[in-house]
Amino acid sequence: MVRIAKVERVRRRNGQARYVVTEDSGAPLWGPDADLAVVGHAHRRVEGREKVSGRATYAYDVRLPGLLFARVLRSPYPHARVRRVDTARAAALPGVYAVLSSADAPPIRWYEQSYLFDRTVRYVGDEVAAVAAESEDVAEDALRLIDVEYEPLPFVVDLVAATRPDAPKVWPSGNCLAPRTYQRGDVDAGLAAADHIVDETYATQAALHNCLEPHGCTATWDGEQLTLWDSTQSVFGVRDGVAEALGLPAHHVRIIKQYMGGGFGSKQVAWKHTVIAALLSRQARRPVQLMLDREAENLAAGNRNPTRQRVRLGARRDGTLTAIHAHIEQGVGAYLLGGEGSEVSGPYQGLYRCPNVRTEQVAVYTHTGPAAAFRAPGWVEGAFALESAMDELAHALGVDPLALRRRNYTAEDQQRGVPYTLDGLRHCYDRAAAAFGWERYQKPPPPGSKRRGVGMAAHDWGGGGWPPAYAWVKLNADGTADVITGTQDIGTGTRTGLSQVAAEALGLPLERVALRLGDTQAGPYAPVSAGSATQATLGPAIQQAAGEARQQLLAAAAPMLDAAPAQLSARNGEVYVVDAPGRRLAVAEVMARIAPHMIQGTGARGPNRRDRSVGTFGAHFVEVEVDEATGEVTVLRLVACHDCGRIVNPTLVQSQVIGGITQGLGYALSEERVVDQASGVVLNANLEEYKVPTVADVPALEYVPLGLPDLEANSTGAKGIGEPPLVPTAPAIANAVYDAVGVRLRELPLTRARLLAALAARGEARR
Amino acid sequence: MQPITLAVNGARHEFLVEPRRTLLDALRDELELTGTKKVCDMGDCGACTVLVDGRAMYACLLLAIDCQGQAITTIEGLGSADGLDPLQEAFVEADAFQCGFCTPGQIMSLKGLLLADPAPTDAAIFRAVTGNLCRCGAYPNILRAGRLAADRLARSNGPDR
Repeated sequence: MVRIAKVERVRRRNGQARYVVTEDSGAPLWGPDADLAVVGHAHRRVEGREKVSGRATYAYDVRLPGLLFARVLRSPYPHARVRRVDTARAAALPGVYAVLSSADAPPIRWYEQSYLFDRTVRYVGDEVAAVAAESEDVAEDALRLIDVEYEPLPFVVDLVAATRPDAPKVWPSGNCLAPRTYQRGDVDAGLAAADHIVDETYATQAALHNCLEPHGCTATWDGEQLTLWDSTQSVFGVRDGVAEALGLPAHHVRIIKQYMGGGFGSKQVAWKHTVIAALLSRQARRPVQLMLDREAENLAAGNRNPTRQRVRLGARRDGTLTAIHAHIEQGVGAYLLGGEGSEVSGPYQGLYRCPNVRTEQVAVYTHTGPAAAFRAPGWVEGAFALESAMDELAHALGVDPLALRRRNYTAEDQQRGVPYTLDGLRHCYDRAAAAFGWERYQKPPPPGSKRRGVGMAAHDWGGGGWPPAYAWVKLNADGTADVITGTQDIGTGTRTGLSQVAAEALGLPLERVALRLGDTQAGPYAPVSAGSATQATLGPAIQQAAGEARQQLLAAAAPMLDAAPAQLSARNGEVYVVDAPGRRLAVAEVMARIAPHMIQGTGARGPNRRDRSVGTFGAHFVEVEVDEATGEVTVLRLVACHDCGRIVNPTLVQSQVIGGITQGLGYALSEERVVDQASGVVLNANLEEYKVPTVADVPALEYVPLGLPDLEANSTGAKGIGEPPLVPTAPAIANAVYDAVGVRLRELPLTRARLLAALAARGEARR
Repeated sequence: MQPITLAVNGARHEFLVEPRRTLLDALRDELELTGTKKVCDMGDCGACTVLVDGRAMYACLLLAIDCQGQAITTIEGLGSADGLDPLQEAFVEADAFQCGFCTPGQIMSLKGLLLADPAPTDAAIFRAVTGNLCRCGAYPNILRAGRLAADRLARSNGPDR
């Protein structure tokens, strides 16, 4: 039962009061060796048939009578004042039903000190006007009829250039925000005590999410009631954002998201286009679909922030770390977006045992599209630099890279001073290294210009989930169950994984459980699907709700089976007497005998333990072949092991791991947003020249399951796996490249041009 | 606007389109066959793959008016009312997708292959989907699904029958 156990008043640092609500949490139902009927089994995706048949309705697929299609006019300048917008010719075009621009749109506050349609544009792709028409083609015609007079202003698009004092300013207060700092111990003393110091600077690129379904929504009004089918990771987040922007009460805004063609972190908030679609629909008095085209998707819907990171590692001769210092600059684009933050400093603070750590993270504005969370935001960038630096340290000290990491192992969350719930990383090292054959690896003799090498990298991450989240369970008269939540399945398999938790806790087969999600009007609050947290956040709430229903089911069955409720259990759709399993009754029969009375349960996600820290960990081991003649890096094989607690569905976890690594391959080797410094234009805002991995780019990927239930993390023992598999891929590859050819690439992606330049420089140095 | 007739999934559809209308937009917006996905709209990603006279084609690179007189099959035209096509079954079985947005295109590319070559090699299966991007990275399972479906097809056409 959902019950608020206590409400505490906590003083924030700024003196304001905050109220912390604690709801009861359920006890673990399934021990590490529990004989489970549904959880832990490789069930197929419950929505599989909808997806393979084309029947799954994505936001882009909503078709309503009278539907209009919208397009957004975007700034061709990286920085300009909009002196005048004239939409008269566009509005007069046959087939056009609504037009909006800064000339007539309501003054809705948006990023920083700007408006929905601002009089200043701050990146190529910034919103200037929008049109709704009978087709996307006509809407695009109309955009060409909008006359805009721009006054171009000085701009800066490069992260490093933007930090210079004389750089054109994105905002009057300057391009560099105040650094976010973290410190423990004394870094200077730690460096002074070191026998060896690595002091290098690393750079990571802006990467584009390229979700195959672009950002966008379909909006329709019924009086004052707004319904939006949005391609989002957070139906409640979008509801609140849209309601606030439009001045509507929350219960007048309904957000629906049943299927989504990828988000990867970029679809966590109400974006401008969401509100623009609602405004156009209200103006046109017809439903409006506003989906970004591919170019807009790559300009104006988020990117992984580029970074520059100066890293200093101090260590004793035996490899023991004495100090970690990182000074980080991250390019946030022209606006701070909100949603999940990009903590590049994260891995420095937690991955290794070290008493002296300092990180400074400076967000830097540039005249480029706003950065957004991208699958393990910050960690992917930070791990590249830290794990490359650790490899440099290992080679400098003549220590095996894995041995160096073991030497600096920590079983404690050093920021909070509490132990981790599980010793996960140690197991990942052992399992992945064994499967890879790290200890006994021998380089084959080099064929021609090709060189082999191996490398590894580790990672930490959250993924433990958090309160609040809720679930309601209804047992139907035919023995089926509806599990009602307000979460979303962003393509990760949430429907299936959470259905398995519900089925197990109810004692029903999976096919008798339907999981409801993705509709603010139908279910209770759930947080954004981000941070690899959904299974660990919703699972315990569902388990509690289902457990409560199960108790009532057993109580109802007790007189039917001449037994006390405590003597009964439920499994695979039957209630049975534990000591006499022959005495059994189908759940459907129990429910039929009490119909039309129903059984229901509610559950809440209780708090995480304060005396423990929940983390997810993993390690990648890679073998590469580098062609010194062409600079081509070929990943031959990659072995990955990740600690995600209890594996609820081995198939889905495997798919997550393989998919994450594949994105990591792209980040390491081919993906990079290219911005022309002279014009501020993104040169590869498409899938032709922005190189996401294809089927031809995927090497042999071996995933080694760990599967240790983490019962101190939450009552289901499961943790996240969505983001972790991408984190260590790039540094593991970079480290393998160094092992192969002896040159260190400190800038991503590891392109042929960069490698050839580094090889040439090495040749010069040797001569 | 121009009247055209398209034969899609065995049914004739007469409607008006602008000559510039792509087959992809005509399928999605005029016929409301939204299983065919719009991703790049410039022939880079394969999400809009359909069969035109049995051959896998990118619908975003075809004009609707040019497709008259040809038999067009979309993802909605596979399988029957009471069952999925063996390729569709294989995709579910092999977990050959996560978000599912590229899936119809992947399946149609492989369908085109199996129609032309009922006993394809692994290399042919691989080649058939090289033009289909999957951002979730389900590639190994997509290849596995293709193999699974091809093997079943070979068995059902085999000498035992």
